[in-house]
Formats: sequence, structure tokens, C-alpha cells
Amino acid sequence: MTNIPLEHVLFLSCILFAIGFIGVISRKNTLFILMSLEVMLNAVGVAFIGAGSAWRQADGQVMFILILTLAAAEVAVGLALFIRMQRRYRSLDIDELNEMRG
Amino acid sequence: MSTIMLAALPFYPLVSFLLLITLAKRLSWQQASFLSVGAMALCAISSGVLVYQLSQSDAHILTAKLWSWFSLTTSTGTADVNFTFYLDALSSVMICVVTGIGFLIHLFAAVYMKEDQNFSRFMAYMNLFIVAMLILVLADNLVLLYLGWEGVGLCSFLLIGFWYQEKDNVLAARKAFIVTRIGDTAMAIALFMLFKSLGQLNIVDVTQAAQSVWQLGSDDAYWIALLLLGGAVGKSAQLPLQTWLPDAMAGPTPVSALIHAATMVTAGVYLIARMHGIFLLAPEVMQYVAWVGASTLLLAGLAALVQTDIKRVLAYSTMSQIGYMMLALGAGAWSAGVFHLMTHAFFKALLFLTAGAVILALHHQQNLFKMGGLLKKLPVESTLFIIGLICLMALPGTSGFFSKEAIIAELWSSPTAGPSLWWCAIAGALLTSIYSCRLFFLAFLGGQRFETQLHIEKSKLLRLSLLILAILSLLGGLISLDLHVVFTDMPVKLNTVNEPYWLHTIAIITPFIGIAFSWFYFARYRVVDTTNISANQSVLSRFLRNGLGFDALYQWLLIKPYCLIARLNRRDIVDQVIMINAWYVRLWRDTLAVSQNGSLRWYAAAFGLAIICLVGVVTL
Repeated sequence: MTNIPLEHVLFLSCILFAIGFIGVISRKNTLFILMSLEVMLNAVGVAFIGAGSAWRQADGQVMFILILTLAAAEVAVGLALFIRMQRRYRSLDIDELNEMRG
Repeated sequence: MSTIMLAALPFYPLVSFLLLITLAKRLSWQQASFLSVGAMALCAISSGVLVYQLSQSDAHILTAKLWSWFSLTTSTGTADVNFTFYLDALSSVMICVVTGIGFLIHLFAAVYMKEDQNFSRFMAYMNLFIVAMLILVLADNLVLLYLGWEGVGLCSFLLIGFWYQEKDNVLAARKAFIVTRIGDTAMAIALFMLFKSLGQLNIVDVTQAAQSVWQLGSDDAYWIALLLLGGAVGKSAQLPLQTWLPDAMAGPTPVSALIHAATMVTAGVYLIARMHGIFLLAPEVMQYVAWVGASTLLLAGLAALVQTDIKRVLAYSTMSQIGYMMLALGAGAWSAGVFHLMTHAFFKALLFLTAGAVILALHHQQNLFKMGGLLKKLPVESTLFIIGLICLMALPGTSGFFSKEAIIAELWSSPTAGPSLWWCAIAGALLTSIYSCRLFFLAFLGGQRFETQLHIEKSKLLRLSLLILAILSLLGGLISLDLHVVFTDMPVKLNTVNEPYWLHTIAIITPFIGIAFSWFYFARYRVVDTTNISANQSVLSRFLRNGLGFDALYQWLLIKPYCLIARLNRRDIVDQVIMINAWYVRLWRDTLAVSQNGSLRWYAAAFGLAIICLVGVVTL
């Protein structure tokens, strides 16, 4: 088993995080925003795993499991909201929700 | 005992004022008039007692300190300004006039205003006026005097505009307030200069300090006397601030009698008499006083010749009589001026109140050309009016004769007056007798020129107050005023031997010439035929009727430019400077409001950008 250097892991994590972030700010469809958020969460997860393996500590994996459950809960709530949104606005466009005038 | 009595003097009407203004319409006519007239009666009686006690005491001065007001620190020490009343011969004349005439006018007003809905408010203002006037004449320092001075101005404003639903009355009230305010400002500046120069505000101290510190004709004395004259001119309706008085006749007639004939308008005369120590040091200003008086005297006499409103005739007549007082003060004839103030208060109050009774009888008709033939219809009022007029014309034996002759006699040889002003005074006397005759012929002789049934007021109170005033007007000349303890004479006096022998003869026969002239000139007003009696509409008489065009002049010279500037500056240039702040804040608000657009993705981007910047700052 080859040792992957920590720099590579962090680089991958940064790339993933950036892709996710760009997805969040550029996508209009809420479903895709949710997916981009998942990508960002997983990018952080990768960083935790990499760091945990680098320091030979279990904490990184514990944190990843926490993030995983958080992501699952978030998706559950998010999807429920999207169903309501689809019912009410007949669309999943996030800009439709903007009712602020100022 | 007498100190307490002096201290309490303004408090009778003050208490009455407070009760009337708070209880207002809960009081019936009986209660309200009992309260206000009763307070005035107490006031009149106690001032009578006070004057008697003053004449018995050796000091000739009575003071009562109520409380300390404040004290001012100067470089040389402190000047205490106290709420202190100071009664000497001059102020005792004034309190007698204010409370005595005031009481009679209150008595008259209680009947005259009986039907008015706001009777309590009217009597409350009248009482408040008496309070302010008493403070003005009893003040021992100039600050307290100024308090009374502004107080009477306020009451004048309130009472001219008493029927505030009428637009004309409100405009007249506003005009009176603003025009007198110009004079008041001059007076306030005079007080500041006086305090800066002498460090004193007490009247007696100021006069003494002025005479020891200033030279005769020094700049300080000149300017302060001139500014004090400005204040007096505003309050006493003299040239050039005289325009407010004829319009002030819009108020109820008792107000015209009390404020605009007997008391308030003479406050300017009182001020100059009170501050005569300073005027003596500025002989040039004394000449100005005399000339202001003489020109007002002639101007108002000419304007009175052509008026159509009975009250406006009397208003112009008041102006010209105050012109006489000013002339006397300017000539250094202080006692004569104050004596004329007193007798004028008697007969002018009588004239106004009788005119009020006539107006009441004619259902508020004030136009002289709608009267006529009242001598037979209203014999009592007519007789009283004749008494008032002969005093005004200064026919021998009446009170006006004694006071006016006293003034005229001192003019010729006074260093600050002289023969030219003497001739002005004689011309004024001639004008006085002519307009008095015209007024009498138009209102009381000739044929009847009104259709309405006369409304005869049988009230005994009304007749009583008029009768007492008539007696005072006739016999007031016998009251001997001893004012020599108050006034110092002119330092130089010309030789009286140089006076021509015919001076007194001319002064005495002038009114008779006027009467004879008007008997023939106004003959058409006396005849029963009413067809060709109407107001003269020629250009000259219209010009005179409008007070010699002063209103129009001020309209063009001051009001129009002022309104123009106000219109140009509608957006207020000074305000714009302050509005820069508001504009700056608004700019930031607009900028920041753009970021608050409610778009979630935009927020997320800003969030990311901020983190990148933060990390960048930390790492670099």
C-alpha cells in the first residue's frame, strides 16, 4: 500500500470544495444546489480522512461519520422542503423564492 | 404695611386672570365680571392708598423686594436683578392711571362684552394686561421693565386678535406684534449696551452711573438713547413705526380704550421719562425725540382729517397726542409730558368708551357716514362725547388745556426744541380741533343716515364708568403733579425773556380758530339734508386716509422684497449645507441596499469572497 502524501489529499479536497462551491453559486435549480452542497461536505470529509490517516488518529474518521449523518439529515429535510416548494411555486428555481424588495 | 400692599398690587389681577383662564366657560357672566372687576377695584383702591402714603412719607420712594431673580457677574462685581417694585412720583402717576382708568374700563367692558361667547377669556386677557403693565411701571430694574414691556405687547396681540375668526383682526394682531417687535429689538440691544458699558441694570444706579461715567454727548449715551427711542417709538406708535395702531382698532372697543389709548401706547413715553438721565446726556437724541413727536403729531392729525371709521379717527388722534408727549419729552419738559399722558388717558378713554357705546347702539356700525343726528337720539352719550372732544381740543378750563398749554409753553425756549417745533405744536392743535369738529358734526349733527332701530343700553354700570371718566377729564387739570423729585431739569435753559408776548395768546385761541373754520368748511355735515354727504374720494384724501401711504411704502420697501427673497430661497440654502449629511447617509444606504437583494446564491458568493479575502489577509 502506497502512502498518499497529505498535500495531494488536501489538494483534492480543495478542488472538490471549489467545484461544490461554484455549483452552489452558479446553479439555479435547488436540487443541484443540494447536490453541490453534498460535494462540499464530502470535500471536507476527504480532508478529515486524509488528516486522520496522516496523524494516525481515529478522530478524522469519527468526524467523517458525523458529517455523513449530518448530510443524510440535511438531504432529508432539504428534499421535504423541495417537495413543498414544487407544490407551491411549481418550480425549483431558487430565485423564485426571492421576495425581498429593497 | 405699605410694602406688602405694594408687593401685592399686581397679584390681584394675576389671581383673577388665573381663575378666569382655567375656569373659563364654567363661570357665569356675574361670576366672571365680579372676579375681574373686583380685582381691578382692589387694585385701584390699594394704589390710591399707596399714593397717599407716599405723599405722607418723607422719602418720596417706596420699594418692595419680592424675591431675588438672578445675578450677573461682571468684571467689576455682580449686578443683582431682583423682582423689586419701586414706587416714586412718576410710577405713582402711572399706577393711578393704569389701575384707575383700568378699573373704569373693566367696568365698561363687563357690560359691553356681555353677549360675547368668550367673555371670561376676554376679561382674563384684560387682567393679564394690567399685571404686565403694573410690572412695567413698577419695575426697579430694566430686565423686569422689559418683562412687563413684552407682557403688554403679548396682551395687545391677544386682544387685537380676540375675535380670531375674522381674518382682518388676525392680520392686524400680527402686524401690531411684528411692528412693535422691531422697536423691542432696538430696546433689547440698548439694554445689552447699557449693561456692557455700566455693569448695572437697576434704573436708579444706571442713571447715577451714567451721569458720572459718561460725558455730555458721548457716543455711548448717544447710541443707547437712540436705541431706547427706537423701543419707545415702536410701543407708542410714533413715526416710523406708527402703522400698526390704526389697524389695531380691529379689537373690541374697551381694548382700544385701555391698551391703545390710555395705557400701553404711553409706555414709550414712560420709558423715556424714566430713563431721562441718559437722554439728558445725549441732547442730539432729545432733538430727535422732539422731531419724531412733532412729525407724528402732524402726520396723524392730517390722517385723522379724512378717516371714515370713528375708531380710526380716535386712533390717529391718539397717535398725535402721544406725539405731543414725545415733543414735550424731547424739549425736556418731562413733567408736562407726563401730565399730558395722564390727562390724555382720561379723555381718550372717555372718547373711546363713548364711541363704543355709540357703536353698540348702532349695532356695530363704525362708519361715520352711516351715523348722523345722534345728538337727539343719544343725548347722554353725545354730552359725554362733547366733554371728551373739548378736552381733546384743549379748550380753556379742561384738563387737556392745562397739560397741552404746559407743553406748548416750554417749547419755544427749550434748547432742544425751539420756535419751529412750537409752530408744529400749534399746527397740530389746529388740526386737532378741525378733525374733532368734523367727527362731531358727522356723527352727532345733521340728518339721520342709518335705517336700523337704535339699541339703547340702559345699564347703570356703563353710564357710571363714563360719568366718572367725564368728571376726571374735566377736572383732571386741577390735579397737581409734583414730579420735581424725579426729574432733573435741562442743564441749560434759554432765557425766557426772549419769548414774544403773543405766544400764549396764539396757543389759546388756536382751537377756536379751528372750530370756526370747521363750522363753515364742514357746514354741509351739519344740515339735515343727507344727500351729498359721502367720503371724499379725491387722490389726496385717499392718500391721507391710508395714513400718508406709509403702509404702501413699507409694502414696497420691506414686505415685497422680503417675500421675494423668501420665495427665491424656498429650498433654504443654509439647509442644503446640512442636507449634505443626509445625502451622504443616503448614499451609503443605497449602496448597501444593493447587496441586500434577497438572492441566496449572491449571499453565498459574497460569503465565499469574504473568506478568501480574510484568509488572504491573515496569510499575507
